Amino acid sequence: MRKMSSDMYKEIILDYYKNPRNRGTLEVADAKSRDSNPLCGDVVEMQLKFKDDVVSDIKFNGDGCAISQASASMLTELVMGKTIDQVRAIDKSILLENLGSPNLGAVRIKCALLPLKVMKSALYGYLGEKMSADEEKAVAGSTTG
Amino acid sequence: MLEVQKDHLFDVEKIKQDFPLLKRKVHGDKRLVYLDNAATSQKPSQVISAISNYYSAYNSNIHRSVHQLAEEATDAFESTRDKAASFINAASREEVIFTKNATEALNLVAQSLSLKYLKPDDKVVVTEMEHHSNFVPWQQLTRRYGAKLEISDVDDEGFIDQADLESKLVGAKVFSFTHMSNVLGTINDAKRLARLGHKHGALVVVDGAQSAPHLPVDVQDIDCDFFAMSAHKMLGPTGVGCLYGKKQMLEEMPPFLLGGDMIKEVHRENTQWNDLPWKFEAGTSNIADVIGYGEALDYLSKIGMRNVAKHEQSICGEAMRALERVKDVKIYGPKDPSRRGAVISFNLGNVHPHDVASILDSEGVAIRSGHHCAQVLMEKLRVPATSRASFYIYNDAADIESLTMALEKVKEALY
Repeated sequence: MRKMSSDMYKEIILDYYKNPRNRGTLEVADAKSRDSNPLCGDVVEMQLKFKDDVVSDIKFNGDGCAISQASASMLTELVMGKTIDQVRAIDKSILLENLGSPNLGAVRIKCALLPLKVMKSALYGYLGEKMSADEEKAVAGSTTG
Repeated sequence: MLEVQKDHLFDVEKIKQDFPLLKRKVHGDKRLVYLDNAATSQKPSQVISAISNYYSAYNSNIHRSVHQLAEEATDAFESTRDKAASFINAASREEVIFTKNATEALNLVAQSLSLKYLKPDDKVVVTEMEHHSNFVPWQQLTRRYGAKLEISDVDDEGFIDQADLESKLVGAKVFSFTHMSNVLGTINDAKRLARLGHKHGALVVVDGAQSAPHLPVDVQDIDCDFFAMSAHKMLGPTGVGCLYGKKQMLEEMPPFLLGGDMIKEVHRENTQWNDLPWKFEAGTSNIADVIGYGEALDYLSKIGMRNVAKHEQSICGEAMRALERVKDVKIYGPKDPSRRGAVISFNLGNVHPHDVASILDSEGVAIRSGHHCAQVLMEKLRVPATSRASFYIYNDAADIESLTMALEKVKEALY
């Protein structure tokens, strides 16, 4: 491996950037979200499918710098097959650790964190909808029963 | 003075010695190659000392107190006004107003004109290559006052489309354009554009934030009504800008900021404005940095702006040729170095500009990447962002070589 003078483009990041996993679109998704980073113009979209509170499928799409796109791809692999509670527990430090703890600095770290923000916003959107649906069911149940 | 202006005395090595920051290393032992001059220039020690000297020797407020310190500070502050007036060849010192930056200078014009001069349905014309500072104020103010904003097209090479401009100028009350694009490097023929604007009865505003640091500027020859510039892009400190305005216009215009120093008499029911230029300088000014700016103007005048322009034209041509030799580099803007400044926007294959900039940075080469506060132009170029290398008086062929070598590193890493 060539020695990069920067600690930013770790082997893991270059690997996901050059060979992205789970890039694409789900035919049917239970949850999705999209956001952008005004600095780079990075765009990341996440689509998730759940089965019994477990992530059964996930895809990302987007356009932007190597850091944001690699982070998105890595995150999809990290999330796949995890329970909702496990996904909720994934935070900034877990994400960065899984990217090889790159030295990103205050500006570029936003690129790495964008996919996490998008994924969480998809998840919480899904949970919110699920909660309203459950409540409606409960209300409907109490009036008829 | 005249001897110094001879070409052969433009000595980059000697100039570099005046800039303490250029001696530092980055990322360990890497030589700093500073190519982000369109964002801000570095400062010579003359400027830095002038600022520190003001605070350690004669810090006091200006224009009011009668003690010796105040007199010294006022003299130093006001002498920068004389230097700025002479730098752009204004007809009188009253025509130079200090602001916070070029953005504030442009806002001053836009705000003041919309208070008194612009009427509903009036038309303001800008171009697609404007920096947000010469776009957003006009966009928002025309909207607020029910006036119209027209945006003149830029062609594929980065020049204003003349036929389109002529048609849009019909009936315009204000025509505001950049003298030099901060993205494409395009140098607009300000004199010709000003004549065109006036022919249609428009007031002409020139954004000189990029031109004043790099080209000789003569506001009387251009015959613009207003000209804005920023100190920090021309060796001066941040926090200082200048607005030039024709005296008659400035006399008629209402002030934009209100408060102390800009008044002559204040009564319970009314206030009489101070004379020019102070009518537009409310509150305590950025005294130290205005004084520092005076040193920057002296420094540039001593080299001579013709020599600065000549140096940059040659370095621009050299840099463009070098970049064209790097496979997959696409350069934006005019091809002819004599029609542009040494601001070169480019992309490298499909690599995102932020990745280009980060890897260049790790090699010691500081450039800018992003939309350069010109999103309307980016949309036109159909790119989300570009990398931008911009040069100044202390850059030389070695810097260009470092740039192209670092671009090869980007390929090694990301291809």
